[in-house]
Amino acid sequence: MRAVIRSIAPALPSRGGKFLGEKFAFALAFFVLLAMPGTADDLGDGKRGAALFAKCKGCHQVGKGAENGVGPHLNELFGRRAGSVAGFKYSKAFQRAGSKGLEWHADTLGTFIANPRSLVPGTRMSFRGYDDPIDQADLLAYLRTFSVSPADIPEADPTARGIDHDVDPAILAIAGDPEYGAYLSSECTTCHQAEDSDAGIPSIVLWPEEVFVIAMHAYKDNARAHPVMNMIAGRLGDEEIAALAAYFATLEH
Amino acid sequence: MKIDRRHFLGTGVAAAVLSAPMVQAASHGKPKVVVIGGGAGGATAARYIAKDSKGEIDVTLIEPTRTYYTCFFSNLYLGGFKELSDIGHTYGSLASSHGINVVHDWAVGVDRDAKTVTLAGGGTVPYDKLILSPGIDFVEGAVPGWDVSAQNKMPHAYKAGSQTELLKAQIGAMPEGGLFVMVAPPNPFRCPPGPYERVSMVAHVLKETNPTAKILIADPKEKFSKQGLFEEGWTNHYGGMVERLGPDFGGDNVTVDPDAMTVDIDGSVEEADVVNVIPAMKAGRIAEIAGVTDGNWAPVNAADMSSKADPDVYVLGDASQQGDMPKSGFSANSQAKVCANAVRGALTGSKVFPARFSNTCWSLITTDDGVKVGATYEATEEKIAKIDGFVSQTGEDAALRKATYEESEGWYAGITADIFG
Repeated sequence: MRAVIRSIAPALPSRGGKFLGEKFAFALAFFVLLAMPGTADDLGDGKRGAALFAKCKGCHQVGKGAENGVGPHLNELFGRRAGSVAGFKYSKAFQRAGSKGLEWHADTLGTFIANPRSLVPGTRMSFRGYDDPIDQADLLAYLRTFSVSPADIPEADPTARGIDHDVDPAILAIAGDPEYGAYLSSECTTCHQAEDSDAGIPSIVLWPEEVFVIAMHAYKDNARAHPVMNMIAGRLGDEEIAALAAYFATLEH
Repeated sequence: MKIDRRHFLGTGVAAAVLSAPMVQAASHGKPKVVVIGGGAGGATAARYIAKDSKGEIDVTLIEPTRTYYTCFFSNLYLGGFKELSDIGHTYGSLASSHGINVVHDWAVGVDRDAKTVTLAGGGTVPYDKLILSPGIDFVEGAVPGWDVSAQNKMPHAYKAGSQTELLKAQIGAMPEGGLFVMVAPPNPFRCPPGPYERVSMVAHVLKETNPTAKILIADPKEKFSKQGLFEEGWTNHYGGMVERLGPDFGGDNVTVDPDAMTVDIDGSVEEADVVNVIPAMKAGRIAEIAGVTDGNWAPVNAADMSSKADPDVYVLGDASQQGDMPKSGFSANSQAKVCANAVRGALTGSKVFPARFSNTCWSLITTDDGVKVGATYEATEEKIAKIDGFVSQTGEDAALRKATYEESEGWYAGITADIFG
């Protein structure tokens, strides 16, 4: 039914861009949707979703070669049990949610994207949420292209690096002293909770060390703007940032 | 000379003691730290020493109240943004998770020669290192006409809890178009933006419930913290409601009469419905009893927060005179960690890292309108010295102010978890 309406009025007013923009694809979608109402089109506009994913890239990688970062990779997300990506250190909250049977489908993902903490209270995911249903649908359409089957993963799509600031490899290579990091961390835990919860201030535990180091140098170099973090990071030396990264990467709560 | 078993053991023990000079108190078991005051400074120090020494140090925390209400965020309770229960914290987790001996009693005496603390309930507690974090008391006679016996008529509400509840009830009972007067304190005092955040919160409540009411501030200071930000907020949100009389207008010449509920500002007598008197402050009384104060405050060495009067006594937070840091819960928490690291090092030989301090103070002006000021500090020979700082700007957009407020809520959750476990 919905596909028929769309064929009469192809430019729905509130949408920006078209995932299946070409006429051929549109016609194909028309028939597919007529046959199976309420499937692919409900998932929205994947091209727009790709742009929306920019807000997620700091923590999540998706596509060929995607690896776990601050958050788990998002390949084969649809149908996967929450908290189940091998090698990723999940928060207790996510471990609980997974063991209780939370699986990722359009409905659960929509709820989660709208407000992560409402679905999984205590998650470390520091994201306010996309509360517009169209944004949610578009983002899911994009992520779904990495889930339906391996063939859907575009070969040419660069893996999201998740990090946006250049740091000298020599700095990244510094092995931090976790004991020193433990001392320095007391300055962080005045605001950031040592436990894996996130309310108003992001969680910083169990980040990959490299991501932590890059983020701190971005603040130190004023490439990311936040007055408290610019001030705190501004007086941390390379060794101290490495020490903090080493400490927080291994912190058990 | 024949070395018998007794001689051998005797020299062995002496040698062991000499070879481990860092380990004090070897003669009477585990080293003992006593902390007086269970607020942002004392509870943090107790927690970090107990947590990081992993049972090697006996930690006793002496705090009279069973539920501690943080002074920070108590203005948000006045403004209706928080419940009193949101700012109340108990000591169960410090006792159960970290094995801290929490004693709910008043410390009334310190014998620095015998190294003991006397409790109001009787008994003495020995220490190897004593940490004083008693917060503030008020300077007697600072506001003529006011003393602690008048605090039920003219509350200070500058130690959170029943005083804050009383002030909130008085604001709620103001007659239509009534007058709220704040007598602001001179420098230095606890929480420099505190009085002005409080005015913002009172104005927020009155705007909703009693919009023709007025707020008058009698202020002995020329300037105050985040002044431009607060004044901008008062104009934008509470136009015409708030008036401040600085020293140019007699704000430094105030007498109160709690029975008549009048305030005399430089000869001009105002009849008020609520009078919030925040007198001049000094270190909590036990610091003076311990003999570590010089004037109103207790001077400390910046490197480890040790008292300039006694290397085995440390003073944290509001009570200390340390240099450039404002008297705030954040500062006390920051100083406590430096102190804990130094105390642990002195008692167990653990590694001592260089001191580093920081502070940020958030204030709320109205709903979702948060501002902040902060700085980092380092220890010099002379004092804790400011390195670098920032302050919110006037004219910031609503989204940034909202994010700043949400950040302050995150900070509150973070710091109270850091203090109370």
